[in-house]
Amino acid sequence: MKEMDQYNFAYLDEQTKRMIRRALLKALAIPGYQVPFASREMPMPYGWGTGGVQVSAAVLTPEDCFKVIDQGADDTTNAVSIRKFFQRTAGVATTEHTEDASVIQTRHRIPEEPLKEGQILVYQVPIPEPLRFLEPRETETRKMHALEEYGLMHVKLYEDIARHGEIATAYAYPVKVEGRYVMDPSPIPKFDNPKMEMAALQLFGAGREQRIYAVPPYSRVVSLDFEDYPFDPSKAEHPCALCGAEHTYLDEVIVDDDGGRMFVCSDTDYCAARRAAGHRGAMAAPYEEEETAG
Amino acid sequence: MIDANAWQQANPLFSVRGLSKSYGGRIGCADVSFDLYPGEVMGIVGESGSGKSTLLNCISGQMAPDSGEVLFDTRTEGLKDTRKMRESERRMLARTDWAFVHQNPRDGLRMGVSAGGNVGERLMAVGARHYGDIRDSALDWLGRVEIAADRVDDRPSAFSGGMQQRLQIARNLVTGPRLVFMDEPTGGLDVSVQARLLDLLRGLVREMGLSAIVVTHDLAVVRLLADRLMVMKSGHVVEAGLTDQVLDDPQHAYTQLLVSSVLQV
Amino acid sequence: MIEIENVGKSFTLHNQGGAVIPVMAGATLRVAPGECVALTGASGAGKSTLMRMIYGNYRAAAGRIAVGGVEVTGAEARQIIALRRHTLGYVSQFLRVVPRVPTIEVVAEPLLMVGESAEAARARAAELLTRLNIPETLWGLSPTTFSGGEQQRVNIARGFAHAYPALLLDEPTASLDPVNRAVVLGLIEAAKARGAAIIGIFHDAGARAQVCEREVDVSAFAVRAA
Repeated sequence: MKEMDQYNFAYLDEQTKRMIRRALLKALAIPGYQVPFASREMPMPYGWGTGGVQVSAAVLTPEDCFKVIDQGADDTTNAVSIRKFFQRTAGVATTEHTEDASVIQTRHRIPEEPLKEGQILVYQVPIPEPLRFLEPRETETRKMHALEEYGLMHVKLYEDIARHGEIATAYAYPVKVEGRYVMDPSPIPKFDNPKMEMAALQLFGAGREQRIYAVPPYSRVVSLDFEDYPFDPSKAEHPCALCGAEHTYLDEVIVDDDGGRMFVCSDTDYCAARRAAGHRGAMAAPYEEEETAG
Repeated sequence: MIDANAWQQANPLFSVRGLSKSYGGRIGCADVSFDLYPGEVMGIVGESGSGKSTLLNCISGQMAPDSGEVLFDTRTEGLKDTRKMRESERRMLARTDWAFVHQNPRDGLRMGVSAGGNVGERLMAVGARHYGDIRDSALDWLGRVEIAADRVDDRPSAFSGGMQQRLQIARNLVTGPRLVFMDEPTGGLDVSVQARLLDLLRGLVREMGLSAIVVTHDLAVVRLLADRLMVMKSGHVVEAGLTDQVLDDPQHAYTQLLVSSVLQV
Repeated sequence: MIEIENVGKSFTLHNQGGAVIPVMAGATLRVAPGECVALTGASGAGKSTLMRMIYGNYRAAAGRIAVGGVEVTGAEARQIIALRRHTLGYVSQFLRVVPRVPTIEVVAEPLLMVGESAEAARARAAELLTRLNIPETLWGLSPTTFSGGEQQRVNIARGFAHAYPALLLDEPTASLDPVNRAVVLGLIEAAKARGAAIIGIFHDAGARAQVCEREVDVSAFAVRAA
């Protein structure tokens, strides 16, 4: 018996996938609304992307090409293990190239390469409720969503400005979808917020919290702000040390014991593609060497 | 000058008709009716278990009564039964034209949010989106309740009980409500702090033309704060009228007992 | 301005076996604008009781009381509140204020209640306190800490702050020195001159003679114990 035959396609049984798909359809019909679903136990701990994995399992088809990123990188433990999981249980093709993927599961980033129609971006979400910060009661937050009482969201931003002189929320920056629901975009950097108005389909899964929500293609996604403190998708004021890009989200890497550091693209695929195209940053090694190392 | 006959033209701001609430077989409050006019402060007194808190919760929309009407003079549609309003409308009312001052400021404040954020919340809830304006309003209101401007970014947990209560009042009044419900507003405070709070409330009521319903068991508080008084016993209103008349010339046996039971200083 | 017809009063003590104590019957009295009437009679004759009924503080058991065309008997609370705010002033023997409120604010409050500006109200309050010889150093303090005579003068200043068309004065000159007594009598004269109708209780016969047009002996309305 082949390894594939030991599992139903994409691990989950068909009934569960139907249940998740129904939740996804509802989520798409009401952009930004958190749909409860019966989250299953997955063969990985909560916090490792069980929500995203279940959503991916429900949308994957045998023809799909699957990519997983963790903080923009394809090669971290989390990304590798989820990619392997679906290689084994669904037998789908996998890739590290954003452009080639039909389904991309992500933790905490949106790829730099603009996504296209037909692609699906699946987010892993730890805490789906954007109002949780100030209102711990689930009954109350649901009512607030139902009645569009979002003043509290601005209280959070007010507190930021009062304390730090600016809106210091740098990730999981709240957005309003299609002028109706306020949504937590998962802990992506606020730099990525403007990208959420995209051609691809965005699905969000929170396994522990048992919630699914979605943003259909080309939906209006507005980051909350004040008139006198407008939303600013800022990033570190550096070019990428490897590829020289000045428009990408950067990771700060400590390189020695003397406080030496470098800033590099967090999106490894994008950075590699730029270097392959001949772009060079200040600290880049010759490209050939890079190739042999890979 | 305010017209001496203005009271004749005014319509009630708030009107309660035949309100009843029971807990199983036990009466919470029974067949309570009254009108409250703009600028009036009404006290509700009675001992623990007399039904005054049940009544306050029912008329302020925090509890559903079994029967009766709770009418409020809405800005757009005039007198309207708040029980028949949609929940969204009722909640909107609760953060615009109404205010509720809890006995324990912890119930009425967000303890994890700065004083300025607490005051600003109601403004943001009704759509204020200019940080500078919100902060200016917050500072203005902190001043009006005698909290120093340099405390604006401190959390209420760093405040004394009296300051917390004043902050709660500022947070409630910032949207210029027309009707304020107060549940033992001076309840947990030292006597010296009570006096200051009472004076503050009197001033605000006068300046803003507020109407208020104050539930308390402290007759001294109602004498200084309330124009009118309702005395409750076992869920029923046993006597109502002008505050000083009810206290100085009580007609009902229970009121006479209540008044004569107050310790004199 | 003030009309009292056949007014009676009794107290029912529910907690003392429901004893009914009649204290007054058939009280009748009229006071015209610009007129000051003194209530006389022995202590306990019912002078203060009658005053309190006019003010709406006690509920009349029988008869009719009207002030400035407003029926006090049977009035709604808010009617009496409006009457007290605009028409009917009362200087009692006792000062009842929120503790810790400065004297100047206590005196200015009645003016603020009728919509006067804060500046005008404070100016008027300052003028009255000056006339009544309350040193300016005390204006920022609460009158609850003052001596009896000072409290009495603060009370009078508060009662005369707003130009009420009708005034009730309960022993306004008691415990005052000759200088301040003269000031108070002057205030009463001035109130009469602008047309105020005044009912007063004065133990001070000289004061009574100076400002009152008439005297009414309340003993005549007292209910004799059967």
